[in-house]
Amino acid sequence: MQHNFDLEKRRFVIAGLFVVILLIYTCRLFYLQVIEEKYKAMANDNAFLTQTMYPARGQIYDRKGVLLVTNEPAYDLMVTMRNVKNLDTLDLCKTLNITREVFDQRMKDIKNRAKNPGYSSYTQQTFATQLSGKDYGALQPRLYKYAGFEIRPRTIRQYKIPIAPHILGTIREVNKKDIERDSYYQSGDYTGDLGVEKSYESYLRGRKGKQILLRDAHGRIKGHFEDGRYDISPIPGRDLTLSIDADLQAYAESLMVNKVGAVVAIQPSTGEILCMVSSPTFDPRLLVGRQRGRNYRALSANPYRPLYDRAVSATYPPGSTFKPTQGLIGLQDGAITPQTVLHCNGGFRMGNFRMGCHDGVAAWTIVPAIATSCNGYFGWCLVNILNNKKYKSIQESITAWKDYMVSMGYGYRLGVDVPGESRGLIPNAQYYNKAFRTEKWKPINIISISIGQGEILATPLQIANLAATIANRGHYYVPHVIHSIQDTIVPDTFRIQQRTLIDRKWYDWIVEGMRQAAVNGTVRRTGNMDPEGIELCGKTGTAQNPHGKDHSVFMGFAPKDDPQIAICCFVENGGFGATFGVPIGTLVIEKYLNGVISDRRRYLEDNMLNSSTLGNMNFMKR
Amino acid sequence: MSFLRSFDWFTAILYIILVLFGWATINAASYNFDGASIFDFTRNSGRQLMWFGLSLFLIIVILCIDVKTYMTYAPIVYFGLMLVLLVTIFVAPDIKGSHSWLRFGSFQIQPAEFGKFSTALMIAWLFNTYNFKFTKPFNFLKVCVIALLPVVLIILQRETGSALVYFSLVLLFYRMGMSGIVLWAGFCAILIFVLGVKYSVDTTTGLPSDMGVNLVLLIIPYLISLMLAFYAKNKTVAMHVAVGATITYLFFEAVNHFVPHDFPWRFWWFGLTVSVVATLYCFLLKILHKTRDYVVVGIFSAVFIAFLYMVDYAFTHVLQDHQRTRIEVLLGIKEDPKGVGYNVIQAQIAIGSGGVTGKGYLEGTQTKLAYVPEQETDFIFCTVGEEEGFIGCVMLLLLYGMLVLRLIYLAERQRTVFALVYGYCVASIFAFHVIINVGMVIGLVPVIGIPLPFFSYGGSGLWSFTILLFIFLKLDAARINKY
Repeated sequence: MQHNFDLEKRRFVIAGLFVVILLIYTCRLFYLQVIEEKYKAMANDNAFLTQTMYPARGQIYDRKGVLLVTNEPAYDLMVTMRNVKNLDTLDLCKTLNITREVFDQRMKDIKNRAKNPGYSSYTQQTFATQLSGKDYGALQPRLYKYAGFEIRPRTIRQYKIPIAPHILGTIREVNKKDIERDSYYQSGDYTGDLGVEKSYESYLRGRKGKQILLRDAHGRIKGHFEDGRYDISPIPGRDLTLSIDADLQAYAESLMVNKVGAVVAIQPSTGEILCMVSSPTFDPRLLVGRQRGRNYRALSANPYRPLYDRAVSATYPPGSTFKPTQGLIGLQDGAITPQTVLHCNGGFRMGNFRMGCHDGVAAWTIVPAIATSCNGYFGWCLVNILNNKKYKSIQESITAWKDYMVSMGYGYRLGVDVPGESRGLIPNAQYYNKAFRTEKWKPINIISISIGQGEILATPLQIANLAATIANRGHYYVPHVIHSIQDTIVPDTFRIQQRTLIDRKWYDWIVEGMRQAAVNGTVRRTGNMDPEGIELCGKTGTAQNPHGKDHSVFMGFAPKDDPQIAICCFVENGGFGATFGVPIGTLVIEKYLNGVISDRRRYLEDNMLNSSTLGNMNFMKR
Repeated sequence: MSFLRSFDWFTAILYIILVLFGWATINAASYNFDGASIFDFTRNSGRQLMWFGLSLFLIIVILCIDVKTYMTYAPIVYFGLMLVLLVTIFVAPDIKGSHSWLRFGSFQIQPAEFGKFSTALMIAWLFNTYNFKFTKPFNFLKVCVIALLPVVLIILQRETGSALVYFSLVLLFYRMGMSGIVLWAGFCAILIFVLGVKYSVDTTTGLPSDMGVNLVLLIIPYLISLMLAFYAKNKTVAMHVAVGATITYLFFEAVNHFVPHDFPWRFWWFGLTVSVVATLYCFLLKILHKTRDYVVVGIFSAVFIAFLYMVDYAFTHVLQDHQRTRIEVLLGIKEDPKGVGYNVIQAQIAIGSGGVTGKGYLEGTQTKLAYVPEQETDFIFCTVGEEEGFIGCVMLLLLYGMLVLRLIYLAERQRTVFALVYGYCVASIFAFHVIINVGMVIGLVPVIGIPLPFFSYGGSGLWSFTILLFIFLKLDAARINKY
């Protein structure tokens, strides 16, 4: 063989070319494997399917163990975009009973990262939530045809008895804010909204579990990662037992039909709320399932505002139900004694000022003054309190007055375990200094607060709590709707006795006044209101308000010596306290204590069930 | 005993390492949680071991056959196999559109794989004929016909990937005296095509852009400069062109940037102008120096410019949409994770997720969960990348680098043209397989379905590569004997 040295040198070109290409490949591999990080995540996205396992939400019972809220299965339709292949869109639309446009729009929304920030074509996205059993039944046998679509079983709430939506609350899908606030939540989770569903969310929700599945290229599940070593089983939520009496709640709701207002009944010895009605109410089942959004909008648009929890959120002038507090402060501060006689000259008169009173000219002591709800008496009572020689100035005396009021649960939130509580309003010295632009204002300037008008605002819950405080002769427990929580104890705050600044002995005089009111005072006005065999103590209120006809208020408790129930009934624009407040309040008391309404009072029940105050509401003025 | 001493054990050991590494990788690629044994003959790893055992038997047979037999019977082997390839087209069943598998009961064989060693033998035989001068055009034509015959037959079997392997013989032709300018022209054509097409679309807006054309026009003067330096061997004029082009660009770019103007500059004017000027300069040099070389460079330059515009036109106006999409996906202009690009993306995810040290043997999720199609055959490199990581990949490339360089070294030490040519055929074929296969898996080369030698699962492939390699080792071991 002849040697050609020029050609032999070409082996270096050939070898060099090969080596250079291998070096380029090495650089490429270095980039892919060492520098670029995204491929690891992409491989994990491919292989691992992390499925959340949702725990059953805790159930809710009433105080007698009646099941109020439980879970029922619902089905979310999930879609994994990457696996959607050869989809017969029209067929799916027909099965789901939606139009092609709705389908296309929904698919577009899912892919829109602005609307759906967690979008990935590799993971399940929610196409439709809470399919009904019927839709699910239609879909399930055909599901194999729709590659990429899967069913995710969920549970939604089922309300066994359609009562107390404001107490029970509902659940809704979490929003962006919830997710930011609490890292527990992920898009698509449910959380409590309103009521105990919200306030006891952390007990009810339990803990989510997860399973890490291995998924092959065809989307088939090939088992658990590491045989489930990293799986976490879900922990079911705890059951709640409420202090609410479902029968009483339903009864009170029926009495409040076609009236606007609230009824709150408390067990004085524990602070447990026996029933708490905000009227108009609504069926909690409206806020479940796919119709939730539509129903919610309809309820929001309702001019009577059924979603508004008047029992804890609404603040009203308490009217004459406020008078017992004034008597108590006067007695405690020595501004009056039980025997002090104050004159009513058809009302409270001072100079040219006159605050009218329904009775004629009279002179009362504390007991008959409460029983007859004498404006004149309590006007002078407040003057005495504010001009008390004990205090150097009216600034000091109004501060002391405010402290007494606060100790009785007014002016601040009580801390009830239902969301949305208002604090009401008990003015203090600064408030009036600012309002009058001087510190030298006179009792006469604020005299209307003596009868629960003027600046005073209170929630029906606070008024009911006052009734409980009087029933207890000077203490209360923070009102609450929780009775017990499965496997744990209720928060301490509900078991601490809250003492007022008033001595027990002064309460006896007020109780006597409220008893007299029931026997032959304002409560009795339209007939004997004593429920059968029960010593009722009560106080009416006729709260003037700028929105039209007076509110009808009743505050009371029974029996007198061993109080089982304290109540406030507040009917907006209901007129005199005795017109709606007293009948409804006493019927609820009777129902709770006796279980039945006596024949004698059956007519009252009929009246209340069939009457309406809705015509009294003047929406134009608001 | 002289055989044992003259036999190249180094290559043989490389061969054993590669096959065993490949066997273990096939086991990983077909592993599926069931904890099945690597020796299970119902699984690909078990079968591959069987093919390997039979290969050892083949090796002994190959080494026992006298060298003269190969030299004498090469044409018979070649034409015999060509006949088999021809028959295969008609009798082979349709498997995914390909008609390349012959079936004997449960046993399948792909004759196209065996075309490689027979063609190599035939070309070696031809070069070895008396007074054969490759530089004669007629001889060149004869070699081309021998190399192209299997290409045609295999394309007719619809196995385009396997057919392309024969183009690797260009390396052999180059070594045997073909002008280097052919390689250079091929390189430039690919460069111009890739750059011209890749930047013909603005990736941010998706609109057509003249960026690709600009870029190539900018580069052409430098290609001319390189040719002037190495082909016309005149470094001075090469420098003139390169420096002239650079200064012109910088000047215009500076003016464009720093001098306020309302004139609508078009960058490609400069590229085109400079390219044309450089071309004219070459022709001017020809007049001055009366050398043919400058004309060749000038013609090349003109052809480059024409080719560029042809590619541009063909790509946007002649190619059909799906053809264009394939090219666009490959060049990274378009992303198409579900269609054309799926294999490539999944392959890169597998490799990229391996990191430096890999996920560990049998721990690759992409592999186990079958995300990479063809992972036991053409895409087996992914499994190495995922489970053995960067280190494993580099080791493997190193093994192949050593193999090919060793083959070139062995080929050069041959004393017969037959062995030299055959050796270069073997080296070229292995180099081509490795470069195309690995390049395809890591996304640098279009997806062409050819196996990774000794690694990809398949009896036909393993045997064909074994025969190819060990015939050469036999020739090499016998080099001391005069034959």
